[in-house]
Amino acid sequence: MTRTLTRVLLGVIAALTVCYLLLPILIVIPMSFSDSSFLNFPPEGLSGRWYQRLIDDPTWLHSAATSMRVALVSTVCAVVLGVLAALGLVRGRFPFRGGITALILAPVIVPYVIVGLSVYIVFLRIGLTETTLGLVLVHTALAVPYVTINVASGLVSFDRNIELAAQSLGSGPVSTFFRITLPNIAPSVFAGAVFAFVTSWDEVVTAIFLTGPRMTTLPVRIWSGVKVQVDPTVAAISALSLFVILAAFLALGAGKLLQKALRAYRSRNVPNVIGVQA
Amino acid sequence: MTQTLEAAADEQADRTGPPNPAPRVRRWARLEFDNWALLLLPLLGFLTLVFVIPLLLLLSKSFTDPAVGLANYSDILTNPLYLKVLRNTFVTAITVTLVTVVIAFPFAYLMTLATPFWRGVMMIAVLIPFWTSLLVRSFALVLLLRDTGVINTVLDSVGVIDEPIPMLRHLSGVMFGMVQITLPFAVLPLYATMRTIDRRLLLAAESLGARPSVAFWKVFVPLTIPGVFAGLILVFIQALGYYITPALLGGPQNTMIGQLIVEQVSTVLKFGFAAALAVVLLGSTLILLAIASRFVDMKKYLMGSK
Repeated sequence: MTRTLTRVLLGVIAALTVCYLLLPILIVIPMSFSDSSFLNFPPEGLSGRWYQRLIDDPTWLHSAATSMRVALVSTVCAVVLGVLAALGLVRGRFPFRGGITALILAPVIVPYVIVGLSVYIVFLRIGLTETTLGLVLVHTALAVPYVTINVASGLVSFDRNIELAAQSLGSGPVSTFFRITLPNIAPSVFAGAVFAFVTSWDEVVTAIFLTGPRMTTLPVRIWSGVKVQVDPTVAAISALSLFVILAAFLALGAGKLLQKALRAYRSRNVPNVIGVQA
Repeated sequence: MTQTLEAAADEQADRTGPPNPAPRVRRWARLEFDNWALLLLPLLGFLTLVFVIPLLLLLSKSFTDPAVGLANYSDILTNPLYLKVLRNTFVTAITVTLVTVVIAFPFAYLMTLATPFWRGVMMIAVLIPFWTSLLVRSFALVLLLRDTGVINTVLDSVGVIDEPIPMLRHLSGVMFGMVQITLPFAVLPLYATMRTIDRRLLLAAESLGARPSVAFWKVFVPLTIPGVFAGLILVFIQALGYYITPALLGGPQNTMIGQLIVEQVSTVLKFGFAAALAVVLLGSTLILLAIASRFVDMKKYLMGSK
């Protein structure tokens, strides 16, 4: 009896917690389609006028383009540095393993306010504030731990005998990497890339330090919008920003499904000539 | 995956060794250093340039700007206004941490009991906020907590309240928002720990005569301690360094150290003082992590399932 009661109680707590976790995000989407100029709840009528206003205002588009550019370039940089480092981390022999791992993870731990302030002081001196390059450098540093960790765990579960087989058949180290290793760890590279993209696309604290009137990212525009007034345009742009993140994760999910399907397809159709278990 | 990344890496390195072990590689291997390790250099060099050196310059700035000495630090420690911000930061962070873990614990526990479908639903409910914009979530919380916001409107329309409850610009609003944002950071390590606990231990305790509640508190809860500890530390570190959420949801009474840092730079241009505040914040964070890492393998939890 008491056990059933406890379970019911736990169920109620869980339902409330799910609401608590999801409600704030779900609320933004209906609000952004509000008809009125005030963000009242529930919205009285539906309209797309706030989205229309976003499209009409070139400054929003411009900062969205900046964000997209910074996020894409940072993702590429983080993937290149992260994959190399993961290979070194998993396969290399080197001293101070703990310390080096800690350094690679450090950008996740150090509060973004501190990262932002320290690079701001340096970039101010060398003229990198309000530049795409400056923001890319910082976002790459913030995103790289996610790539490194994802790829490293992919490498740990990858059977290196396949590489040795390729090399014994005459494949050089570079071609082995691109033709054998990379395709095999592609899912974890892709996952790392999605996390890196989202990290940069979303990042506002260091961007507040490093942007200005000459160059602004979307989160910084949202931030200054929210500070001035709570406006349906901000709800619309927030909803759009959420859709971009959602799309990134849907791509991740689709990639995983595709990979599963491919595997199933291959194991069914490839004649098992050499008797290797798929 | 029960073994840590590092152990697995070591094991793999031992098992397979470097490819084509030429004599030259063997010589390096004696120095516990090989060609694979060179691949770490680009990232280490990059992080040194954009992360380590700026932090070191920040440290030096806190002692040298505007004049050499400890003036910035003594300013923090002698001005009651700044002391209040420091106290407020720690009190808020501690309260947020405790509330978060108290809410996360039963949720994570239920995740271990739920059917795969419901567990999936709960996991998605944790992961979606984990990966959606902090800024958008904070903005959404403003929409929820305002006097004319969702919570007050709903409570008013069902007749529970006559006047809106003031939440925005109050500690209650900051708490509501910060707990919402830190909750996934507690649920994920707690669930990761609880999932590995062998439930037969509970059955064993019960078969030996323990009531279910006794078995739960004396057998299950002690085994969750590493997860609880990881959750506490992760949430506390997050909460200490937050800027966006308290700045949007809190009032002047709830200023936290992150806000003070930004304010010192953007409005009064006191870089050295802001640097000193940052050093205090970073120092607290690192000390906490150092203490925590003596007890649990923080690296395992740090990434959650990100």
